[in-house]
Amino acid sequence: MSEGLYSMEAKDFDKTLDFTKIKPYGDTMNDGKVQLSFTLPVPCGAEAVEAAKQLLRKMGLENPSVVYYKELTPGFTFFNCYGSCTHTVDYSTIYVPKVESDTMDMYETDEYIRENIGRKIVIVGASTGTDAHTVGIDAIMNMKGYAGHYGLERYDMIEAYNLGSQVPNEEFIAKGIELHADALLVSQTVTQKDVHIKNMTEFIELMEAEGLRDKMICCCGGARITHELAKELGFDAGFGMNTYADDVASFVVQEMVKRGMK
Amino acid sequence: MQKSKLGLDFEKVEYARGLAKGIAEDVQSFVEQYTTVAVERTLCRLMGIDGVDDNDVPLPNVVVEALKDKGVLNEGALFFIANAMIQTGLSPQQIAEKVAADELDLTKVVTRDPQQIADVLKPVIDESMTRIRTRRARREHYLETIGEGPKPYLYIIVATGNIYEDVVQAQAGARQGADVIAVIRTTGQSLLDYVPYGATTEGFGGTFATQENFRIMRKALDEVGEEQGRYIRLCNYCSGLCMPEIAIMGAFEGLDVMLNDALYGILFRDINMQRTLIDQYMSRIINGFAGVIINTGEDNYLTTADAVEAAHTVLASDLINEQLALMAGLPEEQMGLGHAFEMDPMLENGFLLELAQAQMTREIFPKATLKYMPPTKFMTGNIFRGHIQDALFNMIGIWTHQGIQLLGMPTEAIHTPFMSDRYLSIENAKYIFNNMKSIGEEMEFVEGGICRNRAKEVLGNTIKLLEEITKEGLFTALEKGIFGDVKRPKNGGKGLQGVTMKGENYYNPFVELMKGKR
Repeated sequence: MSEGLYSMEAKDFDKTLDFTKIKPYGDTMNDGKVQLSFTLPVPCGAEAVEAAKQLLRKMGLENPSVVYYKELTPGFTFFNCYGSCTHTVDYSTIYVPKVESDTMDMYETDEYIRENIGRKIVIVGASTGTDAHTVGIDAIMNMKGYAGHYGLERYDMIEAYNLGSQVPNEEFIAKGIELHADALLVSQTVTQKDVHIKNMTEFIELMEAEGLRDKMICCCGGARITHELAKELGFDAGFGMNTYADDVASFVVQEMVKRGMK
Repeated sequence: MQKSKLGLDFEKVEYARGLAKGIAEDVQSFVEQYTTVAVERTLCRLMGIDGVDDNDVPLPNVVVEALKDKGVLNEGALFFIANAMIQTGLSPQQIAEKVAADELDLTKVVTRDPQQIADVLKPVIDESMTRIRTRRARREHYLETIGEGPKPYLYIIVATGNIYEDVVQAQAGARQGADVIAVIRTTGQSLLDYVPYGATTEGFGGTFATQENFRIMRKALDEVGEEQGRYIRLCNYCSGLCMPEIAIMGAFEGLDVMLNDALYGILFRDINMQRTLIDQYMSRIINGFAGVIINTGEDNYLTTADAVEAAHTVLASDLINEQLALMAGLPEEQMGLGHAFEMDPMLENGFLLELAQAQMTREIFPKATLKYMPPTKFMTGNIFRGHIQDALFNMIGIWTHQGIQLLGMPTEAIHTPFMSDRYLSIENAKYIFNNMKSIGEEMEFVEGGICRNRAKEVLGNTIKLLEEITKEGLFTALEKGIFGDVKRPKNGGKGLQGVTMKGENYYNPFVELMKGKR
């Protein structure tokens, strides 16, 4: 990589905000400042620092600066770095698919169900496959809820069943049939080696094979789940970071009404 | 009587302890009448039976399944193995191999009287006991020669799925200052009713606990411990459906710390309560004898229930766990009773409530090697705030003299730790532990203040809860969802079919041997 590719003296940049060409902001518009930290599998020393700088340049960061480095164990060096990003993105044309429902609180959702569905709805949730973590499904379903958002168990008009963790897909679906579920919630916390993708794909395939896919609303959730991923895998909606029981319940009831499920 | 910095009423503490003892005795009188497939497999392993058959089924499973199929598991594996030894003159391992090859039916051999059985087993029993004692002595020798890090021990996890990669991560962690390395188990292992065999390189979210993996990691930690001049403890998970089996493997291979809590398995893995409490008894006897520190899982209650409202459930469970451990002959010093720093960080004066509870736990269990868990529930992905939450947690750890500090990672809730995450966390803890070393001796809690009131409140609620459990028994309390807001039926969950009442010929001398001889 040649030093000359990027200007080392980037002071005379345009300081007006342009949504077709945005870049990171440090303390001046378009300064492009980025902070990052990483470990390289090399011994500590001047060569390590130079390697880090070259890598930053390859990432498109000019004026790369290694502000701290430390050998973690022989042969591995950790870096804290800054640089100015040379790339821009066009923010004005971005489209991200989102769960399209209005989020209502618990009381509004209960009222919505009374008015538009006229019976209690049944929601069954579980952390499925080998996933042993209940933290996600508990946050959505438990009476207490999470961060001030009541869980589905507290809703008057929702019968919520939390099956806990490590529930095999077959068992989960069978329970859904037995309880006459209107919606199934799949929680996935462990995402190492994409184990969640395999498991969620298997779930949708089973639902289709059983002819149930259109009869129940299928949602998934977890810290690493996005709505986009959920749709790609064949779910109706996905709920990731910063979504709560309100979001899930609102989506389910509005989707039920949209589909004419009574 | 000791003096409390929090103004705790130790008469109340002793009253609570008495209640917990009654609850534990009730459980114990149930437990002692039963055995399980896991306990019997453990006894097979104590007979030296190891290895797998042609289908990769561990030989202890082969032997125990054969007895279970014939409906005679209630007499126990030792009874049949001893009879077969007398009749065939073969070793337990050879007998297991013959069973696997369908060349021997253990139920068809002549039965002998109890004295003959005891006599033929004695040399094998002595050998196993010596093997465990030797392992224990090896640890004690290291502690006397190269020594160990100061408490709170810095505890970190490795979780690559590949034992050889785990070794690299573990040695790096030890060089950065970790005192305890926990090898997280692969997702789902707790529900396997067998222990996989050999070295493994594939796991999800962790690495299989196998005896060979234990051996590989122990060797790696001995190497790095000698290099660093500090003994490095190895931790694994003596929980799930193979509790006592993992205990014996750990005892043979020199593990130092084991997660070992039936209540955790019941609540969070839906393991049948009868099964796992029976398994727990045998596993704690082994851990006690092997000098292994057990860790209990009360901290997890606060991940599902609210940490402020449910603090007394943690203390109540710690008290019950203490009594159950004492009944298995496990000394107080080896009790890593669990508690946690899990309050919402936005709570006003939350730090003071956490501090009060940690100090209270320390005073109520003065000899225990308390296990203090970091924030997890309110770790958000904001690594910068997370690092500060961990710093507050570390301050309480040094202030209240915790035994084992499970280091929080700024990247909690994002990924299993990177090498650099561990470095940042160890640096955080070492900085605070050194910089605030004697704060606990310097600071006092003001009379009538937030901390003293909090401790009093939690102890009071604990007593109420224990009184309630005393009335109905632990099993019913668990059915009602008293811990962690999780309800579990007495006959539900996994593993109940592996439980059987002990028969007339049942023989397990290890209980008395291990509880009697330290």
